[in-house]
Amino acid sequence: MLDKLDQVFVLLLHWIVGFLPVFLRPATSVVLCVVTIVCVFPALFAICVLLERKGLGRIQNRYGPNRVGPFGIFQPLADGVKSLTKEDIVPLSADAVVHFLAPVVLVVAAFLGFAVLPMGRNMVLVDMDTSLLFYFAIGASTELSVFMAGWSSRNKYSLMGAMRAVAQMISYEVPLLMSSVVVVMMTGSLSLVKIVEVQNQYTHGLPHWYIFTPWGFAAFLLYATAGTAETNRSPFDLPEGESELVAGYFTEYSGFKFALFFLGEYLAMLSISGLGATLFLGGWSAPFSFLTWVPSWIWFFSKMMLSIAVFIWLRGTLPRLRQDQLMNFAWKFVLPLTLANLFVAAAWRFMGEGWLRWVVCSAVLMAIYGLMARIGMRREHLGPRTYRYAE
Amino acid sequence: MLGEGIIKGLAETAKNFFGSYVSKERLTTVQYPEERIAPIEATRDFPFLVYDGDDWEAGLRCTSCQICEKECPPKCIYIEKSKDKKPDFTGRPQFYPARFDIDISVCMSCQICVEVCPFESIKMDTEFELATTDRFGGLLLDRKQLAKSNAHYHKIHPTEATLVDAHLAEEKAKADAKTKATADAAKAKAAAAAAAGEGA
Repeated sequence: MLDKLDQVFVLLLHWIVGFLPVFLRPATSVVLCVVTIVCVFPALFAICVLLERKGLGRIQNRYGPNRVGPFGIFQPLADGVKSLTKEDIVPLSADAVVHFLAPVVLVVAAFLGFAVLPMGRNMVLVDMDTSLLFYFAIGASTELSVFMAGWSSRNKYSLMGAMRAVAQMISYEVPLLMSSVVVVMMTGSLSLVKIVEVQNQYTHGLPHWYIFTPWGFAAFLLYATAGTAETNRSPFDLPEGESELVAGYFTEYSGFKFALFFLGEYLAMLSISGLGATLFLGGWSAPFSFLTWVPSWIWFFSKMMLSIAVFIWLRGTLPRLRQDQLMNFAWKFVLPLTLANLFVAAAWRFMGEGWLRWVVCSAVLMAIYGLMARIGMRREHLGPRTYRYAE
Repeated sequence: MLGEGIIKGLAETAKNFFGSYVSKERLTTVQYPEERIAPIEATRDFPFLVYDGDDWEAGLRCTSCQICEKECPPKCIYIEKSKDKKPDFTGRPQFYPARFDIDISVCMSCQICVEVCPFESIKMDTEFELATTDRFGGLLLDRKQLAKSNAHYHKIHPTEATLVDAHLAEEKAKADAKTKATADAAKAKAAAAAAAGEGA
């Protein structure tokens, strides 16, 4: 019975497809899966927006939205109606085609990432051997759409926001990839399905998740940092810093295109959380061996929503960074740490079983972190600034 | 240590988050249309015209001297002087505004009209729910809409209104004394003339 519940979506798909002639079955099943993904994640987006507004309100000792429906639960609906009925304005001097394509490309790229995420046992749309590589290749194309939006709007704020976004996203793509590479090193596979399967084992009732190893923990923290920056979330929300750039690259967007940007941002957040859960938190596997009867997809989605909650918590806590701080942080702190972590992971791999590797790897990581922090936080003497005007 | 501040901040926000569910005192916001905070005494937004007594038309303090109209920086006051005169609070006949409009969509709430008014007739109101569906006619307030009683003024700015009342009473007393003095002088003069006539 519980096995059936675990596989309920897979069985449902097989049942529906069973009515069709054989030659139609593969195409139909793919279409059905895609439609499901395209419906489920925007629904999650609506829930996320509500949770975010509520959560931020509570963090700031407010109620948050509480007018539309009981406890404001229909607020996303009201937001949707509002953005759909608003006038769609395209600036006169904007490049209309690119201006239209940018939000579409963003959302499509964000959706493509979900194709390779295993959302439960046997629940993955495309089981590629190189799905991690595919994910990062697709993830990089969001930069393109952001720049398309900024450039085509023909607005200084849009362009500034887009330049910032591109600089930031390319910088943080490197540590994001590097922190994921340790997982590939340990698993020996780029397939996300395989990565989850390796983590889905238990000793003394505890899972073999990568976060419960020194290198995995470090990689997870670095991944979370880089992922936050990659999705333009606060405290790394410089591309859309509203106090400096109106709204950054989507300043000139209104109505439903604006909503699409919003959707794209949250989809990216959901997919980066999903990937993080897959790589370090054991994907759809249960946190304790006695909880394995709970359907696998419940675990995946709860891990995803937990990550979203942390995103919201961080947004409610941290102030925005400055551009130079952001860049220094990426290249001088996060990237060296990810590189060091690669060596630590290699050492872990070749030290064999036993407590020694725990001590050595943890100590090395702590030492590197302490050292890097000390170097990074060293106060340089700031004298009066000298300016030279351009002649 | 690097990251310590982040942990501290996260603890603080978590405390706020859970605290807001436990203690009502934390939630400082007011659920506006249902709950309201009484405005503080210094609150002021748009001008209104003060009238004495019960009849707003008869009791208007404004003598349509048009100083406020001339001084208004964004020129949002429109006044038409009356043809006839009516007695003011001291009993002296004065002009009154046949038309007194303030376009509050133009008004910048600078309070200069209040400062220049020599008759204590224009004061600042605290009414802020002025939203209307008609942005031209709805925001052009005429003298009937602007007229508010002295009691209302006492309610919104008690200290200031008391001072104004004292000032007006003083003015009235002075005016009364003056009329009395002139009357007395006239009477004395008449008496003297009568006495002189008798003597002659």
